[in-house]
Amino acid sequence: MTAHNSFVLQSSGLSMSFGAFKVLEDINLDVTQGEIVGVLGPNGAGKTTFMNLLTGAYRPTHGRVNLMGRDVTGLPTAKRCHAGLGRTHQVPRPFGGMTVFENVLVAARQGNVSHGGDPVQLAWRVLEQTGLADVANRLARTLGLLDRKRLELSRALATDPQVLLLDEIGGGLTLTEGDHLIELIQSIHGQGVTIIWIEHIMRMLLGSCTRLICMAGGQIIADGAPRDVIEAPVVQSAYFGVAA
Amino acid sequence: MTGLILNSVLLGGYYAILAVGLAFMYSVMKIINLAHGALIIFAAYGLHLLGAMDVPLYLSIALVGALMFGLGMGLHAAILSRASSGGALLPLLATFGLSILIDNLLFQVFGADNRSLAPLVGDLSWASFELPGNVFVGQLSLYILLAAIVIIAALEAVMRFTTLGRRIQATSQDRATASLLGINTARTAAIATGIALTTGVFAAAALGLRSAWAPYSGAAQLLFAFEVVVIGGVGSLWRVLVGAMVLAIAQSIGAAIHPQGFLIGGHLAFLMAVFFRLPTWRAAFAPIARKGVSA
Repeated sequence: MTAHNSFVLQSSGLSMSFGAFKVLEDINLDVTQGEIVGVLGPNGAGKTTFMNLLTGAYRPTHGRVNLMGRDVTGLPTAKRCHAGLGRTHQVPRPFGGMTVFENVLVAARQGNVSHGGDPVQLAWRVLEQTGLADVANRLARTLGLLDRKRLELSRALATDPQVLLLDEIGGGLTLTEGDHLIELIQSIHGQGVTIIWIEHIMRMLLGSCTRLICMAGGQIIADGAPRDVIEAPVVQSAYFGVAA
Repeated sequence: MTGLILNSVLLGGYYAILAVGLAFMYSVMKIINLAHGALIIFAAYGLHLLGAMDVPLYLSIALVGALMFGLGMGLHAAILSRASSGGALLPLLATFGLSILIDNLLFQVFGADNRSLAPLVGDLSWASFELPGNVFVGQLSLYILLAAIVIIAALEAVMRFTTLGRRIQATSQDRATASLLGINTARTAAIATGIALTTGVFAAAALGLRSAWAPYSGAAQLLFAFEVVVIGGVGSLWRVLVGAMVLAIAQSIGAAIHPQGFLIGGHLAFLMAVFFRLPTWRAAFAPIARKGVSA
């Protein structure tokens, strides 16, 4: 995979309309290898739609998506996964009839096509990293919330992603559970995985992100160092509801 | 009495083989394939044609099986994948239309004559084993029952223990997530449709060997298959076997009560299954069922 530049993920002029309703307008975002980019914004800002455009669940009305220097705008989701893009859902969606191990094995077999290695070993390695090795043989539907979130992460990791999209993975967890999850995400980042992370829990974002963007009304209204973005008046008014 | 139960069980084997493709298609693709019966008849003509050319039956089954697999993949790509993205009703209408098309094409090509595959196997179509107590068991029926069990066991094993099976499970449960994990869901669904249609070849062989068919026989086969799936319920494919047995036993009891009660008996069992599945009835029966367990 030859990268034409140092950006692992690029969104250029990305726009999305459903009929006359513009959900996203001209989103430009260049993400460099090794970043953890936090994405915040009020409900309806277009954050999840943006992710769906990145994964290929929707086709954009305008604009392009580049992954590892390659234009993937026309590629289906599975091909983007093979090209190195992983994603977790806000509400975990395990395959209920399968065990935890089988869930991860499917991802290791089908998602990790270009990087080689034994899928069974890869699945075990991932489960040990995410702390699910002890419950590997349980049916996925019997897991509690934190473990379900870990399973979402495990499956995404088993596809050996270069870029990982996290959609509100911290929601619904207790403080301690959240801390466990942050530790895990930081260890994944430590392996060289670039992360883009939508989250409403400021504590989690500020503790981990190297960069923060704020979306509102289908546009990126602020982009920069986390503290600067939080303190920007435009973010204060759009997201925190403070009169500017 | 023993004879009646034995023959019901054997008939159940036939119904199971008839219904397994329909159940597989529904449990995996959430599509009720109303062309299931017509496709079985289509496969039966394929077997008949090859038989007329002196191709051994096992080879014909393999050849027509491969054809049906390809047809299933094509059918998914051309019709079912588009239809199923348009809601629950569209695949129903599309497969209903397909069944009419197949029925009439077959009539156009083969005419209205009844055909059978029985001549291909000589004695086997009427030979029987004699059990103690003057009970006779048809050999063919026994083989059909065994085939049904083997097919269901094989499909269950594929679904649970193979990579393909997990791919199919993942695709059937959550297409968006499956594709995020790198699964080519369109191809996987096409393969699953191919598998469902391939089982129709065994149904076609069973139908042709134990009796005869004509171009419009598909509707009757679909009805029995549908009743089996509803009585058995979805989930494990072994429920197909249970549903088939219940249908066959109900039909046999109906026939024992009145010479024309055969179909009525089966339909009554079907209706009872439908009523019992209605939420209001379930709620009404739940306390009784619980009492039964605790006592």
